[in-house]
Amino acid sequence: MTSHLLSGPEADPARDAGHEDAPPRVGFFTDTSVCIGCKACEVACKEWNAIPEDGLSLTGMSYDNTQSLGASTWRHVAFIEQSVPAGRTAPAPGQDLLPDSVSGPGSASVPPSVPDGRVPAPDGRTTLPLASGDGEVRWLMSSDVCKHCTHAACLDVCPTGSLFRTEFGTVVVQDDICNGCGYCVPACPYGVIEQRPSDGRAFKCTMCYDRLGAGQEPACAKACPTESIQFGVLDELRERAARRVGRLHAAGVTEARLYGHEPDDGVGGDGAFFLLLDRPEVYGLPPDPVVTTRDLPAMWRHAAMAALSLAGGIALSFAASTLTEGLTGALAGRKELP
Amino acid sequence: MRERADVTADGTRGTRRHKRNGEEPMVPRADFDSYYGRPVIKAPGWSARDIAGYFFLGGLAGAGSVLAAGAQLTRRPATAKAMKISSLAAITLSYAALVNDLGRPGRFVNMLRVFKPTSPMSVGSWLLSGYGPCAGAAAFCAVTGRLPGAGAAATAGAAVTGPAVAAYTAVLAADTAVPAWHGAHRELPYVFVASAAAAASGMALVLAPVRENGPARCAAVLAAAGEMSAMSAAERSLGMVAETYREGRAGRLLRAARVLTTAGAAGAAVFGRQSRTVAVGSGAMLLAGSACTRFGIFAAGIASAEDPVYTVRPQRMAKERTAQERAAGEREARRGAAVVQDGGG
Ligand code: SF4
Ligand code: SF4
Repeated sequence: MTSHLLSGPEADPARDAGHEDAPPRVGFFTDTSVCIGCKACEVACKEWNAIPEDGLSLTGMSYDNTQSLGASTWRHVAFIEQSVPAGRTAPAPGQDLLPDSVSGPGSASVPPSVPDGRVPAPDGRTTLPLASGDGEVRWLMSSDVCKHCTHAACLDVCPTGSLFRTEFGTVVVQDDICNGCGYCVPACPYGVIEQRPSDGRAFKCTMCYDRLGAGQEPACAKACPTESIQFGVLDELRERAARRVGRLHAAGVTEARLYGHEPDDGVGGDGAFFLLLDRPEVYGLPPDPVVTTRDLPAMWRHAAMAALSLAGGIALSFAASTLTEGLTGALAGRKELP
Repeated sequence: MRERADVTADGTRGTRRHKRNGEEPMVPRADFDSYYGRPVIKAPGWSARDIAGYFFLGGLAGAGSVLAAGAQLTRRPATAKAMKISSLAAITLSYAALVNDLGRPGRFVNMLRVFKPTSPMSVGSWLLSGYGPCAGAAAFCAVTGRLPGAGAAATAGAAVTGPAVAAYTAVLAADTAVPAWHGAHRELPYVFVASAAAAASGMALVLAPVRENGPARCAAVLAAAGEMSAMSAAERSLGMVAETYREGRAGRLLRAARVLTTAGAAGAAVFGRQSRTVAVGSGAMLLAGSACTRFGIFAAGIASAEDPVYTVRPQRMAKERTAQERAAGEREARRGAAVVQDGGG
């Protein structure tokens, strides 16, 4: 795999995009193991960003009537009810596996590794969504969001420059420039950005660009009662997530895994990454997403070759038929000679 | 509780349901995980008429300009003039389709706000703004007979930019997360230019007199052969995603394209010189075949975006391959280290 500016690890996307004196890159760490499915994030996002209503329907997909991210849904809580596959072991329920930051004052057994005493106590989940035996049901919930990719395909392919990289390292659409070409929509490997039918332009999560500018955390993270959505400096979030998954593994929750945290994955790492309790595709996430523009140099090379062969093929056709016509003409001419 | 678990387990972890006219898949599928069978990526919101139509018209225009220049150079004036007019008409319709497909048509000039090589649509917009005026001037001079010098320059300009117009649309489609397009990103440009050549030679067969149609007949045969081999190469690279090229609407369109293109090229090659009727019929089949190819590839892309299996399965396989390679590399490294130790001891 060739390494160029379009893929691979990239330490500082904001600076590479031309922001001098960029603040440290920020992001979301969504720890789905403590999500209680209250949808406070969805509501806070809609309210703060004044996103219009986009359909009220009952889907039959557990408690998920939101269905997916889209032009008018920038946080989406997924609900998965599953019976524990045979042979999968899980720790006995009742173990205290809540994360350091949310275990609150009541759980003395857990030394808080986040020194900040202002972290609120959890209002909801007091045990993890784990089931201990065959056929038992566990309930997974996860709040999905734009990944604010290090190599963002939506941004790369946008022909107007409407999508841009902010000084915080996030990816934002400028709605006064977008002309609704819709190219970003199929480019995103996560199916996040979408055109709003009533409007034509593309919309997605801005990581509350306006709030970041005012020194505030995004509305969803602010509203989340269990700190499932954690906002912060990306490097710190990655460290915190590694500690968290280590603790879960030590306690026997082997299915806990991080998703989107690796700077050398197909999109150069996500600005919004997750702790999941099953394979990513169970949550509707792609297992191994790749920024499509990684292959763009190869595509342009092949297109150039193809264009040349088109010109060459037609030139050949003219040469061949001129030649054969000349030959048949000469032959016919000779026959006509006495 | 039990019952509920079963229902939902089927929903999230079930085998894939087949809705395609009750056709049973040839190979039974293993299970794959998805979120209630919902797509992982979003299919483009583009309308087939506008965008697949543009792929066809852009190809017809671009390859047609090369034919026009060749005809002019080899003194086939009727073909040259007809192809210049055809290219201008095709590219004008292309502009209309592209602007019509924008969510905000009034803002189409924003396309020329920046030049971004990472955006095939930006590159294409600039290409079209170079190609369009050339194609227009070439046709204008050919029809009016005025400014022959400028006409020749415009004809040359359109012939140089035309192949790029025909080829870049493949990159436009392939530079997305759509499995049926991205998975064939190496082959799609060749498919697109071959299909463009088929359309343009078809148009030349329809419009030009038989005494001038030798090059078009030859180009039709080359185009048909090129398209068939590029298509089968694309299907090989696509692996399991290639079934989106064979099933449903895409499958029907692409089968029709194969029949029409082959018959058109064969008819043109064998009888296109003797009979004007056969030449026109063959040309029409080539044009229709090219349109079917573009609409078929468009439909395959939409089908591959809408079914999560085409996103999940190839990515799972890629992930497993990388893991295996990594493991093999580590084994290799350990063996190397052991050899070094043995040598040292
Ligand atoms: S997740 Fe999609 S919309 Fe968000 S930054 Fe990445 S490519 Fe863009
Ligand atoms: S729809 Fe708007 S944001 Fe998306 S690629 Fe087109 S111009 Fe850019």
